[in-house]
Amino acid sequence: MAFFVARRLLYLLPVLIAVSLLTFSIASLLPGDLALTILADQATPENLAALRRDMGLDQPIWQRYFIWLGNVLQGDFGRSFRTGQTVLQAVAERLPVSIELMLLAQLGALAIGVPLAIICAARSGGPFDRFMTGTAFGMLSVPTFLSAILLIYLFAVELRWLPATGYVPFAEDPLGNLRFFVLPSLTLALAEWPGIMRILRSDMIATLQEDYISLAKAKGLTPARILFVHALKPSSLTLVTITGINIGRLIGGALIVETIFALPGIGRLLVGAILTRDLIILQGVVLLVAAGFVIMNFIVDLLYAVLDPRIRHGHA
Amino acid sequence: MATLELDLAEEAVTEPVRKGRRLGVLFWGAIGWMIFVFALAMFAPLLPIADPTTMDMLERRAPFSAAHWLGTDGLGRDELSRLIYGARISLVVGLCAPLIGLTFGGALGMLSGYFRGRLGSFVVGAMDVLLAFPPLILVLAVIAFVGQSIFNLTLILGVLGIPAFMRVARAATLTLSRREFVIAAEALGASHARILLRELLPNVILPLFAFFLLGVAVVIVVEGSLSFLGLGVPPPISSWGSMIGEGRESLDVAPRLAFIPAVAMFLTVLSFNLVGDTLRALTDPRQGAL
Amino acid sequence: MTGTTLLSVENVVVDLPTPRGNLRAVDRVNLTVGAGQTLGVVGESGCGKTMLSRAILQLLPKKAKLGGRVMFDGQDLVSLDREALRKLRGRSLAVVFQDPMTSLNPVLTIGTQLIETLQAHLELDIAAARKRSVELLTAVGIPAPEQRLTQYPHQLSGGMRQRVAIAIALSCEPKLLIADEPTTALDVTIQAQILDLLAREQRRRHMAMILITHDLGVVAGRTDEVAVMYAGRVVERAPTLALFKKMRMPYTEALLAAIPKLDAAPHTVLPAISGRPPDPTRPIKGCSFSPRCRYAVARCHQEKPGLTEAETPAHQFACFHPIEMPATVPA
Repeated sequence: MAFFVARRLLYLLPVLIAVSLLTFSIASLLPGDLALTILADQATPENLAALRRDMGLDQPIWQRYFIWLGNVLQGDFGRSFRTGQTVLQAVAERLPVSIELMLLAQLGALAIGVPLAIICAARSGGPFDRFMTGTAFGMLSVPTFLSAILLIYLFAVELRWLPATGYVPFAEDPLGNLRFFVLPSLTLALAEWPGIMRILRSDMIATLQEDYISLAKAKGLTPARILFVHALKPSSLTLVTITGINIGRLIGGALIVETIFALPGIGRLLVGAILTRDLIILQGVVLLVAAGFVIMNFIVDLLYAVLDPRIRHGHA
Repeated sequence: MATLELDLAEEAVTEPVRKGRRLGVLFWGAIGWMIFVFALAMFAPLLPIADPTTMDMLERRAPFSAAHWLGTDGLGRDELSRLIYGARISLVVGLCAPLIGLTFGGALGMLSGYFRGRLGSFVVGAMDVLLAFPPLILVLAVIAFVGQSIFNLTLILGVLGIPAFMRVARAATLTLSRREFVIAAEALGASHARILLRELLPNVILPLFAFFLLGVAVVIVVEGSLSFLGLGVPPPISSWGSMIGEGRESLDVAPRLAFIPAVAMFLTVLSFNLVGDTLRALTDPRQGAL
Repeated sequence: MTGTTLLSVENVVVDLPTPRGNLRAVDRVNLTVGAGQTLGVVGESGCGKTMLSRAILQLLPKKAKLGGRVMFDGQDLVSLDREALRKLRGRSLAVVFQDPMTSLNPVLTIGTQLIETLQAHLELDIAAARKRSVELLTAVGIPAPEQRLTQYPHQLSGGMRQRVAIAIALSCEPKLLIADEPTTALDVTIQAQILDLLAREQRRRHMAMILITHDLGVVAGRTDEVAVMYAGRVVERAPTLALFKKMRMPYTEALLAAIPKLDAAPHTVLPAISGRPPDPTRPIKGCSFSPRCRYAVARCHQEKPGLTEAETPAHQFACFHPIEMPATVPA
């Protein structure tokens, strides 16, 4: 186990370095002049040159990378030239919103996908299974923003049950906070459940063919125990894998959903930074999100090892 | 002792193989819809429809009429015409971007799968780095710096598709290069280029094409999402995503402005997914029935 | 046959629909097992012996069609409802499968898999179930049973895993144990140990047992009665001693000849049965064994022989030209 963790950690480092390189080069190598963007209309050759000198833009590119990386490693991701807020402040302020959204969405997707997968696998080939498999396939073709529009139209415009946009912090008004989160997390969950259901279903159908399931039946265990303990537990590894693969999609989906429902999360910070050309915020947020993504995948890998006794004991 | 395994028969019974290669009504319906959308988009300038950018402030959000079959949008532009011109954007970006992935990803995957060794590991490693970014975030970051245009959007979406195509091509090549016909060609002294192009490519291209169709569906969705957020194709070009985004503002008075392009987009994405998934199932190299 | 009949299989037919047509895996099989008795079922792979055991356990694949009756302890298992069947399985009707690598759940500990069986049928609290699990593991010859409870199947060798599977089967003191090729997947050196363990526990617990195997040698000293199966049918059944004294069916003889002999000279060619069993989806008109039988005559290809009695009613065989000489096994 320790060896496993060490090996994954060793792999993590070069990926993180590459991520920082790529982020830096997007911001520095691609066409577009940071100093010009900041000064916009007020740009004169003199103050442009002065600003470039202040920001170190006149130095060679590799030197700038190491200076930037050094700052980043000390926790200095830069400061927005529009709001004056540091990247870390801005991210820290908005991170809880994004995490709450993604957690609620993932829970919702699991709550829809897992029971459906179990029922379909237990009755595979039956009418319910065929109907749900078809529905899941159809749902995979519904973009997040489409289900968002549909949910807004249904629950906010027609029925007027839930707010379409807005946010209050959980600490101020827990119930109100959750009310604002219902539609956004449901939107994201609608995009995520078909994948969960499809993979878990086919995985469980395969598991249900195993000898140990026959033995579990021959032991006279209850159908519920066979399904939930003997069949679902081996498949839970798959569930962790799906969750891992879905994190990237989830982050992208959260960005769209936050923007549509006006939730002040990381995604909206990023979109805002793009629209106002706030490049320092943009660079910092992209780096942090990518690093967070890499680390989350690392955690999923570890979780996988913890769940599978064969990997845990170094047999794989 | 000669054996006939009953257990195999048992498996065949519990998981029946789909009989024959009947593709079904849905498959052909999807093909039909794809051709329909394709034809409309291709011949849009020849069709007797209004200009998609001409505004008519007196005819804002007009209902269905003989002059405007699907009514007009918030700026009095003909909805049907915008829908058809929007299909052009979706299809151009949707087909060109995966084509980039198919070409470069396919080539890299075949090379790394055939030569393996250090080249293979390097390519896989490089792709892992690209995959270390949440895709939508990377697209937005690049778009933000290079600016919004159809060309930039297609290019970045195409580059981001390379790792996925590479994986498919590499996996197929790895399996195929252990097959007898490749080993036989090697034994006969065929050059690497000949083996790659004449022996491997015809077999790898099928699963890659199925994956390409699925890629089209993904790119149409991503382009739609970006345009919906106002970060995709720049206005006044009409795109399904931006139409839905604009229609969202008038959900309470004219929900059709959002839902008509939404249905068009859903049907198109569903069609590509359906056809792609069917072909993928048919060409899956793991079934070994080539 | 002595004592009361525990299990009687009556006219059991198993049909499996396959893409190539209907497959009759078990064809009108009749068998009985008395309480405390041991029955050996012998045949090649694919002869339907595994399907027969699944039919007794009511564990056939969903699409299989089962006909006939399986009377166990006075109840017809075929018409029993699911809950009653569940209470019976594992309690008085237990099974050991062929491959211990796949028959134990890889993500549950040995303890969990033992204790859940005990708790499904006996009113035991966790502590009592644990205590009994340790006793069971000790009984099947597993060293350090306490530690084993927290281990996973992959941490045990194949032989140890099969011992665990036997412990699970024995856990609720079943009246009948079905051992479906319990040693086929194991190393040769361990096979005898496992078979002896099964025989010992069978005698000690006065439990009836059906021992399914492809190896006629395995049933020789360990069973009271033997049924030989071929192409889904029982082609010869007899008390074990009577069978080995005088086998009547040419197929039985051929099976016996196919067993390697320890006393044979090195490099002796093993007399394999030529040909392969018939395609079960394409039933043949005459005796199923006739294409491979060295005694076959025209009638064998035209008519299917029924089971007829030999010297005693207990010895039955299905052949028009039974071997008349006492079995002489070619070396």
